[in-house]
Formats: sequence, structure tokens, C-alpha cells
Amino acid sequence: MSSVATTQIKLTPERSRPSVRSRLQDALPKLVLAPSFAITIVFVYGFILWTIYLSFTNSKTFPSYVITGSRAYQRLWGWTFDTDPPSSWYTSITNMGIFGFLYIAICLALGLFLAILLDQKIRGEGVLRPIYLYPMALSFIVTGVAWKWFLDPGLGLEQTLHQWGWTSFHFDWIKNKDFVIYTVVIAGVWQASGFIMAMFLAGLRGIDGEIMKAAQIDGATTFQLYRRIVIPLLRPIFLSAFIVLAHLAIKSYDLVVALTSGGPGGSAWLPSNFMYEYTFKRNEMAVGSASAVIMLMTIVAIIVPYLYSELREKPR
Amino acid sequence: MLRKLLIGTALATTFAFSAHAEDVKEVQMLHWWTSGGEAAALNVLKGDLAKEGYAWKDVPVAGGGGDAAMTALKAMVAAGNYPTASQMLGYTVLDYAAAGVMGDLTETAKKEGWDKSVPAALQKFSVYDGKWVAAPVNVHSVNWLWINKAVMDKIGGTEPKTFDDFIALLDKAKAAGVIPLALGGQNWQEATMFDSVVLSTGGPEFYKKAFNDLDDASLKSDTMKKSFDNLAKLVTYVDPNFSGRDWNLATAMVIKGDALVQVMGDWAKGEFNAAKKTPGTDFLCYRFPGTEGSVVYNSDMFGMFNVPDDRKAAQVALATATLSKSFQSAFNVVKGSVPARTDVPDTDFDACGKKGIADLKAANERGTLFGSLAQGYGAPPAVANAYKDVVSKFVHGQIKTSDEAVTELVKAIDDAK
Repeated sequence: MSSVATTQIKLTPERSRPSVRSRLQDALPKLVLAPSFAITIVFVYGFILWTIYLSFTNSKTFPSYVITGSRAYQRLWGWTFDTDPPSSWYTSITNMGIFGFLYIAICLALGLFLAILLDQKIRGEGVLRPIYLYPMALSFIVTGVAWKWFLDPGLGLEQTLHQWGWTSFHFDWIKNKDFVIYTVVIAGVWQASGFIMAMFLAGLRGIDGEIMKAAQIDGATTFQLYRRIVIPLLRPIFLSAFIVLAHLAIKSYDLVVALTSGGPGGSAWLPSNFMYEYTFKRNEMAVGSASAVIMLMTIVAIIVPYLYSELREKPR
Repeated sequence: MLRKLLIGTALATTFAFSAHAEDVKEVQMLHWWTSGGEAAALNVLKGDLAKEGYAWKDVPVAGGGGDAAMTALKAMVAAGNYPTASQMLGYTVLDYAAAGVMGDLTETAKKEGWDKSVPAALQKFSVYDGKWVAAPVNVHSVNWLWINKAVMDKIGGTEPKTFDDFIALLDKAKAAGVIPLALGGQNWQEATMFDSVVLSTGGPEFYKKAFNDLDDASLKSDTMKKSFDNLAKLVTYVDPNFSGRDWNLATAMVIKGDALVQVMGDWAKGEFNAAKKTPGTDFLCYRFPGTEGSVVYNSDMFGMFNVPDDRKAAQVALATATLSKSFQSAFNVVKGSVPARTDVPDTDFDACGKKGIADLKAANERGTLFGSLAQGYGAPPAVANAYKDVVSKFVHGQIKTSDEAVTELVKAIDDAK
């Protein structure tokens, strides 16, 4: 064994050294990335497959590996149409629609608006920017608790305004089963819009000043300038912001828990709350897994076509 | 470089193994009793074990609450890394026992006479397949009223004996301008109150049939409808801001005299104690009107896992200490609950504790000791949570009538069974 190895090395003493070295250099990035790649494969994709598998079993408290068919999906499907009184699953998915749409739309609009205002070469921008950005540094739990107190009619805004004399003021959305999901939107937007503003601001700074000047010389009004030139140029930022916001929206769990503890009669649940409740508190792991798979499918259905259409245009 | 790494790994493994060998004299405990009074109560147990030479090691739980602890436990058990014992509730013990991961304490139980001293209703959860798998620590009961005495005197109220008396008392409080009923609008609090309402409306037999045996006919009966109607009556006496409130804030409303009464388990007494209030002079504890003689309970248990032989001695020591009369008394005086064995002297307990101990003993003898459905002692978690959903949706208006509530209850429980 060892003699063979030594002879091999002796056979090509001079010529092989640079090639081994360069080969090593080629392989080094792959070698360094391999562990994290392996971890991602196992802990992300591996567990996605495992979850899909579990959703077809009869798992209760503990995972079971006996395939029993699509009963979990059938139950979810049945609950989807239980609207009066609303089933927890129906509440979760309608809330997801309301929250996802408003959260993403308001964050994008507000972020862009703030970025445009901040981009007017104003004084004190260095102070203002971090003020808007700061909420993103807080965890959802902190945001949730702070807004919970602020929106509580007995402690926060309403109470304070009553003490100041405006006694007819009434704002109890956080206690109202029909409006509680909108308070989640308010807190979520407060947290994320500053970050989206920073993304747009970076995009605005990246736009070539020459284009703007050319447009101004051609007589474009400020509105036209933004409408026809700046916003279309910000398209890649819209994509990044959308993806950041969409995944924040879909994985929102802690915000609902901290802000509303599930809301009156569970009226603030999102699918992630549903998943956690069923998997860990109700010992219905199969149903929990099935709901997780449906959440994944929803994300895939939104993100994949969008990514595909956006990224395909790049090479041209 | 690689060799160094290998040596390092090898050394670390050796250390890990040698550390493992020392486990013999150590009790690894998973629990979520971290707040002041509870932690102090647990220190008694730590002291008892230290005297016998066993070190105490808390298994850390991120997040602190019971849910987080159960998630952590699930992960530990799945990895085959059992703690010596874990704080557990009701059906969780049976689930783990069915999965075959619980130990066997039958010998210790025989020697210590647990069969006779622990109420039979509790043994349903601590004994699986004839084997003792858990040591009950306490018995909480949920059918209590907690009343601020100053407010009670002011409105000239007396102890309500029936549900109608109770409504009359609440009316008096309303007329006097205090919030009659302090309630936290979270599903478990609403359902805990509803446990008492059902017991009061239908009586002990009905409660057992509906909420322990899950009998279909009882669940959809007119008595259940009437119970929902009674719940709706009670809900008209809460303040508009009740939704989502934590239970201890509701208790604080009673302590401060903002509200007259709270319907809550006897852990509420811990809050009164912490505020330096005395039963009889500052606050009153009555059974929920119409439930005198019955006890709806839940109980904290230490589930004992099937640990390797070299750790069994520590487990036996823990179990023995947990059910010793001295610890049962010392712990429960602080916790607000009553001892899990009926032969513990009540000398150290306050008036409410003494009543609780006597009630438990009587209920055990009469067969009127029932598991609380809201607290997970009436039915498995899937059913209990489905029940909480329905009660909460009824309280908050997603379910509008008692007819609809009964239909939904039957449907939800069937679905979850």
C-alpha cells in the first residue's frame, strides 16, 4: 500500500504540484460550502419531505410512520367551507389573505413614499433614517407587546385620549373579533415599513442622475418623473421587497401571539398559529403537518411564477 | 490540524461520558415553576433531596411556559435523552406511557402506600396499565369563587347558594357601580368557568357523563343548552375590556376592589397571598354556587421516565420525596393547591386551604371528584381544545345561540375524538 503511494508521488514530482494546487483552489469554495449545503439539504429540504410524509400518516402526539391516506387533508378541506360559525382553519386562511395583502401593499406604498420624501436632499436625513429603520431591530414579541398595551382600550391610546378630555373617542379593534386582524396589520406595518424604506432609498440612490436631468429638460413634471421613470427603474427593488415581506407575512406567528394571544375566540389566528396549535397543543401532528404543507404550497404558488417571470428577463 | 481536531473530539467525548457516569446522584427535572412562589415551593423539594445526597439539575426550557416545556420534552424523548422526571398534566402522562417511555414506580408506591392515600380519580392519570408512572404533586380545583370582602360588605351581599342567587349578587354589584365579574377573555379561562357552570346547571352526574365520558346524548341535551344560556348570562356581567386579559390581571381587579368576584381555580389564591391578603378578612372563597360537595380538579404531576438503571435510585428518591407528607404540606401551602394525598394534616393551611382539603376528601369518598375538561383532565388534548374553541367562540359571538353552540360542541368533539 504505502510503497505504491510513494512511487506514485515520486512519478510526477514537478508537474503535478501546480495542478494539485490549482485543483485544490478550484475545490476549496466547494469544500467550504459543503457543510452548510449539507445542513440545508437535511434540515430544510429533508424536513420538508418528512413533513409531507407525516401529513399522510395518522401521527398524533408522536410521529407515526404508518401511511393512512389523506384524512388530514380531507379534514382541512371540510373546515375550509365551515364559515358559520367559522372554523379555526377558515379563520386562519382568510386572515392570511387579509393580513398578507394589506401588510405587503401598505409596507410597499409607505416604504416607497417615505423613501421618496427622504430622498429630497433634506437636512437631518442621517437622524431620520435610523428612526424609521429602528423598529426592524425589535423582535416581533417586543413589537407585539408594545402595541398590545398601546391599543388596549383600558391602558393605551383610548384611555389617554379619554383622560385628555376626548371622551367620545372609541378604538377597541384589538378586542373586537372582526377587526383584531387589522391591528396585527398595523403593528406589522409599523415594524417593517422602515426597512422597506431603506431598500427603496438604496434603489433611489442607485438611479443615474443624468436620466433624471434629461427627463427634467424634456419637461417632465415631478409626478411624471416618478411615475414614468423612477418607479419603473425600481422594479428589482420591488421584487426583493415583495419577497422579504411575503415570507415575513407567511411566517408571522409571534406577532399574533404577543399582540392578541390568538384574539377573541381565536379570531386572529394565522395558518402558522393553526399549525403550532394542532401539532404541539392538540397532539394532531398529521393535521398540523398537512396545514404546513398547504402553507408551503401557497408560498410556492406565489413566489415561483413571480421569480420565474422576473429572472427570465434578466439575460436579454 | 485534522489530528488535533480528532483528539479534541475524542477528549470531549470522554468528558461527556465521564459526566454521564456522574448522573447517578443527580435528578434532572423539566418543569416550568419558575415564578417566585412556585420556585420557592420547589426549593423545599430540592432541600429534601440534597439531604439524601442527590443534586438537582433543572432542564432549561426556552420561553418558560408549559407549552414550550412540552415541546422541549417531546424533542428530548424523541432523541432518547430522558429527564429523570418532568412536570406533566393529565393526558400527556398517558400519551407518553402509551408510547412506552415511562418508568415503573409500582414498588415504591406499594412501600409508601400511594394506592390508598392518593384519590382514585387522580390514579387514572398516574397509573397506566397497572403501573405507577407519575407522582402527583398537588390537586387544584377550579369550581371556586374569589370575592373581595370589602366590596361584598359594601353591597350587603351574602354567600350565593344557587345560580340564581349568584345572578342576584352580580346585579347588586352592578347597581353599586363595580364590575361584577372579573374575567380574562382567553379561551382556557372562559372554558374553566364553563366547567363550573355545567356542574352547577346539570349536577355531578351530568358533568361526569358529558365532560368525562363524552356521552353524546348529554352533550346535545337541553341541560347543556341551558348551561350555555347560563354562561351567556354571566358574560353580560363582565367589563367590555375583558377580551385577552391574563387571569392574574383579572384576579388583581378583585384584589383591588375594582371587581367583585372571579371564577377561577385555586391558583388565584397565590395572587391574594402575594398581595398579603388574608382569607376571611380581605377575601372570601366559596364554591361556585350549586357545586358544593363536588370538586372539579386538575393536578400537576411529575411524570417519571424510563431512565437507565444507574439513574433509577435518584428517581425513586425524587418520587418518595414528592409524595412525602412534609413536602406535600409545605409545597401546597405556598402554591394555593391542596395535597395530592388525603392523609396530610391541614394544620399549616389557611381557611380556604382547609376547606379545599376537606372538600377533596369528601368528594373522593362520595365519587364526586371529576377531571376538569378545560384543564385537560376530562378528555385528551384534542377534545379539550376543541371544547375551549367552542366555548370561546360562544363567549365572543362567533357562535350566536346556545342551540348552535351545542351542535358545534358535539361536532367539534366528534371530530377530535
